[in-house]
Amino acid sequence: MSPALIAALPFLGSLLPALLIRTGRSHAAISAGVISGLALLGLLLNAPAILRGEVITARFDWLPWLGLNANFMIDGLGLLFASLILGIGLLIILYARFYLSKDDPVGQFYTYLLLFQGAMVGIVLSDNILLLLIFWELTSLSSFLLIGYWKHLPEGRQGARMALTVTGLGGLSMIAGMLILGNIAGSYDISAILQSKEAIQASPYYLPALILILGGAFTKSAQFPFHFWLPHAMAAPTPVSAYLHSATMVKAGLFLMARLWPVLSGTPEWFYIVATTGLVTMLVGAKIAIFKDDLKALLAFSTVSHLGLITFLLGLGTEAGAVAAVFHIINHATFKAALFMSAGIVDHETHTRDIKRLGGLRHLMPVTFTIATVAALSMAGIPLLNGFLSKEMMLEEASHTLWAGNGWIVPALAAIAALFSATYSFRYIAHAFLGPVRDDYPHKPHDPGFGMWAAPAFLVVLVVAIGIMPMTFAGPILEAAANAVVGGGLHMHPVKLWHGFTPALWMSVFAVVGGLVVLGQHRRLEALWLATPRPEAKAVFDALVGACVRGATRFTSALHNGSMARYLLIFVLAALAAGIWAWTTGEQGPPTRAMLPITPVAAAAWVTLLVATGCVVAYHRNRLLALVLISIVGLIVSLSFVYLSAPDLALTQISVEVVTAVLMLLALNFLPKITQPETRLIKRRFDALVAVAGGLGTGLLIYALMVRDFAFPTMSEYHLANSYKLGGGTNVVNVILVDFRGYDTFGEVIVLGIAALVIFALTEALLTGASSRKLIAWRPDVARAGDKHPLMLLVATRVMMPIALMMAVFIFLRGHNLPGGGFIAGLVAAIALVMQYMASGFAWTQARQKVYYHVLIALGVLAAGITGIGALFNGLPFLTSDFGYFRIPPFEKFELATAMGFDLGVFLGVVGSVMLALGGLSRLARRAAVGDEGFHVVAEKPEAREMAGHVPREVGLAGAMLRRQRKDGSEEGI
Amino acid sequence: MNHWIIAPVVLPAFLAPLIVLWMRYDLRTQRIFSVAGMVALLAVTIKLMVDASSGAPEVYRLGNWEAPFGIVLVLDRLSALMLVLNAALGLAVVLYALGSGWDRRGWHFHSLMQFQMMGINGAFLTGDAFNLFVFFEVLLIASYGLMIHSGGEARLKAGVQYVVYNLAGSTLFLFALGTIYSVTGSLSMADLAQKVAVMPAAETGLIRVGAILLMLVFAVKAALVPLQFWLPATYVNAPGPVAALFAIMTKVGVYAIVRVYTLVFPEGGTIGGLASEVLMPAALLSLVIGMVGVLGARDLGRLVAYSVIGSVGTMMLAFAQFDQAATGAGLYYMVHSTFAAAALFLVADLAKERRGAPGLALIPAPPIAANGLIASMFFAGAIAMAGVPPLAGFLGKLMILDGTRGQWLIWVTILVTSLIAIVGFSRAGSIVFWKAYATGGDRAPVPEAPSQGLAFTAAGGLLAVLAALTVFAGPASHWLQGTAAQIHHPQAYIDAVMEGAAERAANATSGHDDHDADEAAHEGGDAPPAAQSETGH
Repeated sequence: MSPALIAALPFLGSLLPALLIRTGRSHAAISAGVISGLALLGLLLNAPAILRGEVITARFDWLPWLGLNANFMIDGLGLLFASLILGIGLLIILYARFYLSKDDPVGQFYTYLLLFQGAMVGIVLSDNILLLLIFWELTSLSSFLLIGYWKHLPEGRQGARMALTVTGLGGLSMIAGMLILGNIAGSYDISAILQSKEAIQASPYYLPALILILGGAFTKSAQFPFHFWLPHAMAAPTPVSAYLHSATMVKAGLFLMARLWPVLSGTPEWFYIVATTGLVTMLVGAKIAIFKDDLKALLAFSTVSHLGLITFLLGLGTEAGAVAAVFHIINHATFKAALFMSAGIVDHETHTRDIKRLGGLRHLMPVTFTIATVAALSMAGIPLLNGFLSKEMMLEEASHTLWAGNGWIVPALAAIAALFSATYSFRYIAHAFLGPVRDDYPHKPHDPGFGMWAAPAFLVVLVVAIGIMPMTFAGPILEAAANAVVGGGLHMHPVKLWHGFTPALWMSVFAVVGGLVVLGQHRRLEALWLATPRPEAKAVFDALVGACVRGATRFTSALHNGSMARYLLIFVLAALAAGIWAWTTGEQGPPTRAMLPITPVAAAAWVTLLVATGCVVAYHRNRLLALVLISIVGLIVSLSFVYLSAPDLALTQISVEVVTAVLMLLALNFLPKITQPETRLIKRRFDALVAVAGGLGTGLLIYALMVRDFAFPTMSEYHLANSYKLGGGTNVVNVILVDFRGYDTFGEVIVLGIAALVIFALTEALLTGASSRKLIAWRPDVARAGDKHPLMLLVATRVMMPIALMMAVFIFLRGHNLPGGGFIAGLVAAIALVMQYMASGFAWTQARQKVYYHVLIALGVLAAGITGIGALFNGLPFLTSDFGYFRIPPFEKFELATAMGFDLGVFLGVVGSVMLALGGLSRLARRAAVGDEGFHVVAEKPEAREMAGHVPREVGLAGAMLRRQRKDGSEEGI
Repeated sequence: MNHWIIAPVVLPAFLAPLIVLWMRYDLRTQRIFSVAGMVALLAVTIKLMVDASSGAPEVYRLGNWEAPFGIVLVLDRLSALMLVLNAALGLAVVLYALGSGWDRRGWHFHSLMQFQMMGINGAFLTGDAFNLFVFFEVLLIASYGLMIHSGGEARLKAGVQYVVYNLAGSTLFLFALGTIYSVTGSLSMADLAQKVAVMPAAETGLIRVGAILLMLVFAVKAALVPLQFWLPATYVNAPGPVAALFAIMTKVGVYAIVRVYTLVFPEGGTIGGLASEVLMPAALLSLVIGMVGVLGARDLGRLVAYSVIGSVGTMMLAFAQFDQAATGAGLYYMVHSTFAAAALFLVADLAKERRGAPGLALIPAPPIAANGLIASMFFAGAIAMAGVPPLAGFLGKLMILDGTRGQWLIWVTILVTSLIAIVGFSRAGSIVFWKAYATGGDRAPVPEAPSQGLAFTAAGGLLAVLAALTVFAGPASHWLQGTAAQIHHPQAYIDAVMEGAAERAANATSGHDDHDADEAAHEGGDAPPAAQSETGH
């Protein structure tokens, strides 16, 4: 089977258990087993070829330009690891079926397990380090799910996050390392990298790459000082622990070191970093394991220790070391998986894992006892079991290793570590199984059914088989794998039980005897251990993460504190700083334009503008006054447009001023009339300083621009020259608006329309819920006029209405050639209507309003759009205009331009938008009046119809009110 | 001329008023037309993408006016890409909105959505700086309407901040355009590119000011630090689907930066290294502040919002290189992060709707209906957003790391912030989706919720897009590298717009001269009334 398929199978099948769980737990388990089994079968079919020395590859281009390709290969090392992962995976699936209870979400479990399995197989079969990285991180993620499987347990959640954080940290460091490595080697393919040992080790980036990659390997394989996550990962269900800690997760780091061994090892840096870390981890892990009372914690720390052992062997950089490392990987996987499963059985049957509450299980659980004992003795390094063989090889290597020229320190530490290892192994047997039967187990234990002990029993058989006949049962795969580790050309000495009286044998004897002695002193040593202060890794980690989170929270909320004033202050400062910086780092020649003379009119306007602006600042707390003063500013701006011969702009500006002032007055009705100071004086002074700086900056920029000519001829020259010839109008401004740049106007009309729709939606929202109650309870905060609708005003507005509308039509029609156009006309018409509202009240006007303003807006946009689309039928682009001259007797010859249709759209859009906005505000006013005076309100016809069949939840309230009003049939105005 | 180019603007511009005009009382019709409109838009934009892939940029001259005198639309690979992105996102958002019932909680949702699409599409297509401003206004006002959809005190308050802050940005936009126009006398981007390139070295001060102010405007839209302040509160308080749509809004700013600072103000040209000198620190700070926010957020929605700031920082690190390979990497990351952020906002909304009172606050609440499904969707989205394998976020990050080789500060920042993001996401996810089971006994009963298949489909669809982007990373990034190549060789763009434009404009004028002469003769020799002039400055 193709290696790619082997890696993909678990992923492809991962959803099966989650789906099949609905049909029963066994089906989920069987489906997972079938998937794993198929993958294993596929792998083993390749075994003969690989054992012959071939390498099976499969290559798919994924991101070729980046060097990330889905390249897979199986060599000896891959075969070994993949068989361990899939083989032990199968056993775990079997074991878990009986271990997990009915209440557990078993489908999810198998899904996660398959995902994890796929990721692991992916790592060991990758022929591309970037691909390997992906699988690497996938193991972190899927193990996160597995460790946190029991979501209700805090240990599970915290352990999962800790594992993810630590291995995630390593993974990220590895990303950097791998990228550097790939850069040095010129390829990310492992098979290519393995060929460039010289280039890599000679590169100045060798050390950074090495450290970064080892960062990944050490965190994954729980090497000191990153070992602390592993024991907390055992919060996972025991099958997960058995899997993660024996054959998979933690072995990924070792695999990586073994995989890159040919190119990275052999340097002093490699030796001192890897071997030393391994040795320290071996020692520290073993020491802690002795004092752990939780069976799984004991095993977890023993795992740490054994990982250290293998790391140490790889760090030696010798062929024999590599062989021993590979051999111990096999052996450790077998006995450790069996041990975890036995611990799980004990936990399952007695409902406790506390070794202090156990003992005497030998009589109650003979099968479990046998399995656990054989496996533990193998871990202790007792002859005839596989653990002995590889430990002997390790001690042999250690015995002639120099560390900084020192010949005894490594062997001594290795022997002590072996002694500790023997101690905790014996303790596992003695304190849990030996001793008298107790009568205070939380649950009366007995051996579980065959399904549960079958898997560990099978592994124990392997332990013994390999222990007695290593070359028969493990020889070929060991040789193939070790050969792959050292990069080919390996001359392996056969693994033998008996080497004679070597130093290693004496060290072994010392370790076993010492282990028994230390176990005898366990009680005393434990008292000592408990008395010595030691850093609790989890507490430190939690404190660290907690501090980071708190710091981040504090920083983030302090920065984004919700103060608009602060945000805008930073905005202004940023703009100022950027502008000044850009200006001062550039060059600019002297002004090219002379100043115009200051006429008295200009000076007067200027002074008025200054005074008005100053007054706005001085009186801005009085909102009504501020509005009036701002209107003065607007008026001066309009006048200056006149002064500068831009009548169109002046007309537009002045009508916009009027409309906005009216709308703002209406809105102000509901707002406090006085702004209360919210900040301290010092802050206000600073704000004032920034504001002045911002104003000065803007002024200076404008000054700098105005005293200089354009650097190039401007596009407006073309507009001036061609507006009549090509645009059919002599009013350039209008031709620009509806023709040259009609697309801009199209957008702006839509902006207006949207704004009106938004105002409508907004008032609808305000008319419901809390704000509605507030409105109804609202009382005017200033005295009302005695006569709400003065007669003179009424009469004047009625009289003016047709005149104003006629004026609007006139302005509209002449727009193309003289100041005017749809926009101004629309505003004038709107003002005429607004006047009616002001003079006669909202209800009176609304009752006479036959056109729904939504319609006007929509029609406006459509009219403009349709005019534009028309050109498409002539094969011309959107918005292309045409014009012609017509004569219909008895009229003079006149011009018709398609642009007029567009302008009509603008006109409708403007009228509709202003009126819809006004309508929104008037609805608020009427709602307030309902509470105030108890008047019923005329239901505006269109709004009375709720959305057919779909009364929006929040709109519903307004709809209900409207329906009620309609039922009342009251037609009374305010 | 390819008339399809105008379709992404005109189609929604017609649909929106029609919805207002005919369908405002019938939500079902609105929904049908809205979805149909989105599907049509997606189809059109995909067609345009195919068109753009095959060659040089295509120009659409509105009103048949030549640049720089009229407005042109330019379709190149970059704008086509953004259009497709927008349409795809729009479709997902509309489907989600009607699946979850968000669209019935206030008025005009669907018409505003269409206007929003129109505004964003217009911004991506235009080749004119002032027209870009116009479409910024369209998309701003439409987005404001969508943001405050269905009201509520917190939402309205946040809405005011959003609109005020962005209006300040719009004002600055006008300052910038005024400056640029006063110096060059032009607004057409291709024309500007030509003119800015030949500015004498001694006259760069003002154009630099214009360029930097413009950069700040785009930075506001892109939410780059220190102009990101509007984003968190806006995204958190916006309705879920709208927040998801906003994922493209920050990209409008990013797009504008990429467009303008490769075309008009290319790195090393008249304005020197101005752009990269500002962008680099801003991007680094955005990345850090965003990801620290992910860790420090007290609320899942806010967390996602901060991750958006961080992701913008990440892609700007790539774009600030102003280098073809890095730009390609940045584009890939941008596509990914748009969908990832949108998916996360939808998933967050799914959870929020079901959690009830606690909302998305990071406190344990009883397990919600469909906890497992929502949790796995969040997990996938978080993987994507944090840039962890196997999803596209990781590939994008890898490409960016590859493109910024040798810049250790960038590497360290990206990798360290990735870790912060992993911790932040795992912490939040574990509290919201796992700790639920620790409240009130082992297995609290799961409250029933209405089945919202369409909402799940929409969110899942976005995740599926991410998966596809991962699997087809090869062809996708190849196409994007081609796009980056086009971006970094702006001459083709300039030629497409400007080549022969002056001659054609002159011909049009002379062609009309006869007509005018006839006219004048006919009118009895009356000269046309003097054209009114718009006074300069």
